[in-house]
Amino acid sequence: MTQIAEELLYLPVMAKVLEVESLTELEKLFLIQLPDGHSLGNAPGQFVEVSLFGIGEAPISVSSSPSRSNGAFELCIRRVGDLTNALHTLQPGDTVGIRGPFGHGFSLEKMKGKDILFAAGGLGLAPLRSLINQVLDERGSFGRVIILYGTKQPKEILFKEELQEWADRKDVEFHLTVDRGDETWRGNVGVITTLFSKIALNSRNTVAAICGPPIMYRFVLMELMGKGIPETQIYLSLERRMKCGVGKCGHCQINNLYCCLDGPVFKYSQIKGVEEAL
Amino acid sequence: MSLWIIDKSAMATFVANVMGDYRVVGPKAKGPQFAFDEIEDPAELRLDYNTSILPPKKYFQPQEERLMTFKRNGDSAPEAVIEAEATVIFGVHTCDLHAMRVLDQAFTQNFPDAHYLTRRRQALLIGIECLEPCDEHSFCKSMGTLTISEGYDLHLTDLGDVYAVDVGSEEGLTLLKTYSDARLATESDMQQLNRALSAKWPRFPYKLELDVDELPALMSQSYNNPIWETLAEKCLACGTCNIVCPTCFCFNVYDEVDLNLENGERSRRWDSCMLDVFARVAGGENFREQRSARLRHRFMRKGLYLVERYKHLGCVGCGRCARLCLADISPINVFNELHE
Ligand SMILES: Cc1cc2nc3c(=O)[nH]c(=O)nc-3n(C[C@H](O)[C@H](O)[C@H](O)COP(=O)(O)OP(=O)(O)OC[C@H]3O[C@@H](n4cnc5c(N)ncnc54)[C@H](O)[C@@H]3O)c2cc1C
Ligand code: SF4
Ligand code: SF4
Ligand code: FES
Repeated sequence: MTQIAEELLYLPVMAKVLEVESLTELEKLFLIQLPDGHSLGNAPGQFVEVSLFGIGEAPISVSSSPSRSNGAFELCIRRVGDLTNALHTLQPGDTVGIRGPFGHGFSLEKMKGKDILFAAGGLGLAPLRSLINQVLDERGSFGRVIILYGTKQPKEILFKEELQEWADRKDVEFHLTVDRGDETWRGNVGVITTLFSKIALNSRNTVAAICGPPIMYRFVLMELMGKGIPETQIYLSLERRMKCGVGKCGHCQINNLYCCLDGPVFKYSQIKGVEEAL
Repeated sequence: MSLWIIDKSAMATFVANVMGDYRVVGPKAKGPQFAFDEIEDPAELRLDYNTSILPPKKYFQPQEERLMTFKRNGDSAPEAVIEAEATVIFGVHTCDLHAMRVLDQAFTQNFPDAHYLTRRRQALLIGIECLEPCDEHSFCKSMGTLTISEGYDLHLTDLGDVYAVDVGSEEGLTLLKTYSDARLATESDMQQLNRALSAKWPRFPYKLELDVDELPALMSQSYNNPIWETLAEKCLACGTCNIVCPTCFCFNVYDEVDLNLENGERSRRWDSCMLDVFARVAGGENFREQRSARLRHRFMRKGLYLVERYKHLGCVGCGRCARLCLADISPINVFNELHE
């Protein structure tokens, strides 16, 4: 766990917005740089607390991989309320408050040598992208890389250029689907679980990483269990209300677990009997 | 560490002397009730109080406290605000001393929290032993909090004309020696103290129908008990129980900007897991939408989750929540019903 001087626990540092890119109607990607050339030092799956003073603070997953940091990191933010709407008005050169990184991310070391299956629903791709790109940058250390991504509609698809690169790579098996197509859509139609019929898995040697809306977990888990993937090899990233990020405010509790400390990335075996988790 | 004796008639001087160098707080009469408040005149201090509306927790985690100030415009960094004052708290009952151990753990573990800890380090706790039950709502004996042997700087026991003063820390000893004329206890004082302590025991009822050590195990078997639904039919989800509880520490964070829209502050305020919005996230998903789920969560924290994390029960049997609950929901009854 990162050590933080106690008097600085809640105090954000002022970071600079370097670039802003519109990904969809609702999501923007922000490239952010910490002051004095500090690196964020995050692990894939960790989050930061993002502040605009006078509006508030919210947890946002780091979307860029540590392997591509170059002294800055990316956040993919959907506008849904006060803070996220205000963040969407930011321009390059503006500042935001940042605390973190916080939480438990993915255990990259435990994934080495294994086939990796990613299942992302909607905005769930934002945190998984950090892990995906980290894995791709150390491609030789892993077995097969399978990426399943589903959104409700084609216009909600995030990171289109990057998805194309993944699709074009011979060493990545990439499958995309939308719940509902439109006039121009030529790809798969159906919820993300329909993609499972397209892949054969070597279940014992596969590690799965899942992130998406709450409803998605149950169905994807059923598919993974059906394919015989061990519970200790399934990682899920969960979202909860968070007001501190450091295990104090109590908002993020899942039974006796704190999503901000013990998660947001959990092993399925860790939360299987935990009623409030899924 | 060591046992001292102070005359009751000398207490006012002790308090007045301490007031010269510290903020002194303690139980004061507030209408027919008592509340911890700043002592301005030693005569106000009511060490004979039964219970206080709010626990002394408020001096470590205030109902509202500033975390930082900021400027809205420009790129200047926010400034941390930590408001702490050297404070001596007189008259803390043993249930509340036990509760402090939960808070100490919660604000120290993983990420130490300076806002709590700075105040905590600048405070001395002077406990007082309860010799009579405060009222029918408390159940401290059941929760193992009827007495305590650590966690205070000084601890008083009423022996009629004098208080026995048990010293719990070096700071406590210094305070006692510097500001009072207390004398070391004699063999016969110690015997008198022991008599008082053993005489008090039968006056307190043991209300729990199981051994308190078995409570966490009971709670872990009670997750799907129908009681949560039954209680939810009465519960108003008002959150009063959380607000008065000495071991509740959840909070919410707010930004406020002053009228000129230039300066502002970020503060935290007590929050309640019984309120509907507590676990709701953007997007509308509410992870504890049912009132029964929120009640269960509150009781699971008291009887199980806090023990697992902080090694101390989250209910110290003070009875404050039961005293104020309009739906008559009391932890002791809940624990006993679960045991049936
Ligand atoms: C670990 C983690 C990682 C995350 N990663 C990302 C990420 O990468 N990208 C991303 O975009 N998001 C992410 N989120 C979600 C993000 O934190 C929320 O979207 C954000 O907190 C919303 O804040 P807001 O101020 O914009 O919305 P708010 O203004 O707080 O509210 C949003 C919506 O919820 C409703 N609402 C909220 N609270 C109340 C209330 N008390 N009463 C009534 N209605 C209410 C509002 O009406 C509004 O429609 C993550 C969350 C977690 C926990
Ligand atoms: S005080 Fe009583 S009515 Fe109010 S939330 Fe607590 S249990 Fe429910
Ligand atoms: S749950 Fe009720 S009785 Fe138990 S410590 Fe809290 S306020 Fe006191
Ligand atoms: S976000 Fe505050 S405890 Fe987890």
